[in-house]
Amino acid sequence: MPIISSPHIHNGDSIRLTMLTVILALLPATAAAVYLFGWLAFLSIATAVLSCVLTEILCLRWMGRSTASALDGSAALTGLLLALTLPASLPWWMVVLGSVFAIVLGKQVYGGLGYNLFNPALSARVILLISFPLNMTTWLVPMSAASAALDLYDFQLCLAFFLHGPQALGLTLDAITMASPLGHVKTEWTRGVGVPEALAAYHYSYLNAFLGSEAGSMGETSALALLIGGIYLLARHTITWHIPFSYLATVLLLAAVFNMLDPNHFAPPMFHLLAGGLILCAFFMATDPVSSPVTPAGQIVFGIGCGILTWCIRSFGGYPEGAMFAVVLMNCAVPLIDHYCRPRVYGHGADE
Amino acid sequence: MPALLKNLSRKLGMMPFGFHGGVEVDQRKLTASMAIEDCALSPVLILPMKQHIGEACTPLVHVGDYVKRGQKIARAEGYVAAPVHASASGKVVKIEEHRIAHPSGMGLPCIFIEPDGDDASETLEPWEDWAERDPGELRERIRMCGLVGLGGAVFPTFIKLVRDQRHAVETVILNGIECEPYLTTDHRLMLEHADEIVAGLAIIRHMVGAREAVIAIEDNKPDAVETMRRAVVAAGLEDVRVTVMPTRYPQGSEKQLIQAITGREVPAGKLPVHIGVLCQNVGTAQAVFHAVRHGRPLTERVVTVSGEAVPRPGNLRIPFGTPVRFVLAGRGLEDLNDIHIIHGGPMMGERLRNIDVPVVKATNGLLAVPEPQMSSMQSSEQPCIRCGHCSEVCPVMLVPNLLADHCRNDEFTRAEQYQLFDCIECGCCSYVCPSTIPLVHYFRYGKGQLAQIRRSEAFAEESRLRSEAREQRLEREKQAKAARRSRVRKTHAPAEPSDNNATGKEES
Repeated sequence: MPIISSPHIHNGDSIRLTMLTVILALLPATAAAVYLFGWLAFLSIATAVLSCVLTEILCLRWMGRSTASALDGSAALTGLLLALTLPASLPWWMVVLGSVFAIVLGKQVYGGLGYNLFNPALSARVILLISFPLNMTTWLVPMSAASAALDLYDFQLCLAFFLHGPQALGLTLDAITMASPLGHVKTEWTRGVGVPEALAAYHYSYLNAFLGSEAGSMGETSALALLIGGIYLLARHTITWHIPFSYLATVLLLAAVFNMLDPNHFAPPMFHLLAGGLILCAFFMATDPVSSPVTPAGQIVFGIGCGILTWCIRSFGGYPEGAMFAVVLMNCAVPLIDHYCRPRVYGHGADE
Repeated sequence: MPALLKNLSRKLGMMPFGFHGGVEVDQRKLTASMAIEDCALSPVLILPMKQHIGEACTPLVHVGDYVKRGQKIARAEGYVAAPVHASASGKVVKIEEHRIAHPSGMGLPCIFIEPDGDDASETLEPWEDWAERDPGELRERIRMCGLVGLGGAVFPTFIKLVRDQRHAVETVILNGIECEPYLTTDHRLMLEHADEIVAGLAIIRHMVGAREAVIAIEDNKPDAVETMRRAVVAAGLEDVRVTVMPTRYPQGSEKQLIQAITGREVPAGKLPVHIGVLCQNVGTAQAVFHAVRHGRPLTERVVTVSGEAVPRPGNLRIPFGTPVRFVLAGRGLEDLNDIHIIHGGPMMGERLRNIDVPVVKATNGLLAVPEPQMSSMQSSEQPCIRCGHCSEVCPVMLVPNLLADHCRNDEFTRAEQYQLFDCIECGCCSYVCPSTIPLVHYFRYGKGQLAQIRRSEAFAEESRLRSEAREQRLEREKQAKAARRSRVRKTHAPAEPSDNNATGKEES
């Protein structure tokens, strides 16, 4: 028998609506990915989304639960988010493996939607990065058309590349890939080359980084497309400003201060902002409701923590990119943050 | 600094302070333009012995007695209570338990009256000279007339109308917010009886000696604002402020309204009077006027009968005890298949399983809505995705999703730590939940369980003390006996009065 308790009306919001809103907000970034990386991006994204939904259905069926919730949009969103964080050159089976990791290890082992401690897409990406470090840090040259070794806008070629790898096309990865700005700066620093010199040698351009034509993960390169989606989410009130603002502000502040102290070692704030997965993480990963704090104060603490960790890993860590590790690490702290960042309840400790 | 700005803006532009959270609800005020009508007299009136917060009343009449409208038929027991008056003249036909509007479907002793249609009435002496009378005398009149808060909380009115040396009332707030969807009771009262409401406010102010008086109305009722402003001027009470509040649910909740108007919070576990505020509903103010000026006890109230399933919605003046079924039939609603009946508003009201329950002092609305409209709250509960919308809208600043987890897992001590008892059950959290989790339901469950646990703990503590006292007494008796015996054996002297002392102690 249904529970009959007030209130008797509802505003009509639902999980499906929330998920669809986020997917809609990711459309600009998805379109940018397809524009920049051609059919390879399309194939990877489609594979990831389908694998996630299928894995979800299989998991639910295996556990004897209703498979209806596999179509609530959350699995598709996980697939889309995961694909956007991957390099376009990944072979199909790694994309499928990542999707299975995301749904099984990232979500269903905890009890399904709402119970996962970590962001499923990011935890899958971490597993992939640790398992396949070379493939996960090999970046295709964006927008390489007919003149290049691999024409990204030729469907036959891309399909062959996706299914059989570069060897089948008689290519080596070196011929069609380049380092990402973050990776380049890190490698050069270990060789004793300072940041300004490294950036100059890379022909780094802030405008290209903003629009997306620097090398990187499929959906992370275009800051513009991500910002459009992020602002849409803020406007629709699907997310609040607390996490993205505190996260980005922390990174910018740390980068600005240390860049001022030692410009040779520490990259400038705008470089940090536009490089890697920071904007994607700030608007779409760290704001994942399930794995982030509930209260506004907690969200600000969470955002600051993500910011500090991201900057520290990028500046001192072994990996060039730290955004996803930062979010996954801060995910662990969420129950604690939630407990200690509760708002002051009405009438308790108010001014007398 | 923000507090300073707020104070400044309030002083300059009379801007209200607002309260935390809240939701914008679909207003659905179908009956806003419908004048108050009298409800037909039901062939039987069922008057429950408890229509207020507090202790139940004791019947003063017997089966077969003839009663007049306004005659006191049940006596208030205890301090927090309000007597019950006959709501029509007629014969007492039976006194027995009957179902009332209560979530448990529980019953209460009720007095059944068969009205004779003569409408013979009995009133107390009208007091035109109330302004010269002692506040204590007026308070006794309001108590005798059975007045309770008509906004829905039904707390006996006289209790709040007191002059206290320690906590002087500085501000009287008249609550004309009516933020629940559908309900237009207070709206119509303000439009049609503004003069009586203002006169009631003047009496209340005289009683508590308040310096400041505010009438609070939401901006979805501009006509009521206009009417009340005119009535205030006509009554020569230019210093009474009619404040327009931005429409937001649950602004009509006492604590939230006080916060919105004064910027101050009622401390936990305290009453508004502790911060010098008295809050009364506009309907209560009108009832105060009738009780004092005309000596008329509370025997009827205005009820909004509305909802998409009611053929002829309206605002009805209904004598207490009229069965809900009779009221709905009078508005053309006979076939109740697939229709939900709600007692009160859709946010805080309660769905009636049985519509033979009577209209009581707490009934501010009777809604009939077709079943499909309710389906969203009945769609199965999805897992919480921790979106935090519930915390955003909670006017008390709880974290409803975490609190509900603790209630659901029977972690009641934890729930209490998360301030479960501060929940006002306004329903905002459930209203916005994308997973349609019935959060308020879990909170009610938690509160009920905790109350039960406290009762049994108190009982266990009492038993423990009693058993300890018994053991001590037995021990004392044993020692006393032994002492007596040894003394008798040794000296053959009579027993000393120490025995009596022991007995005296154990009784105390």
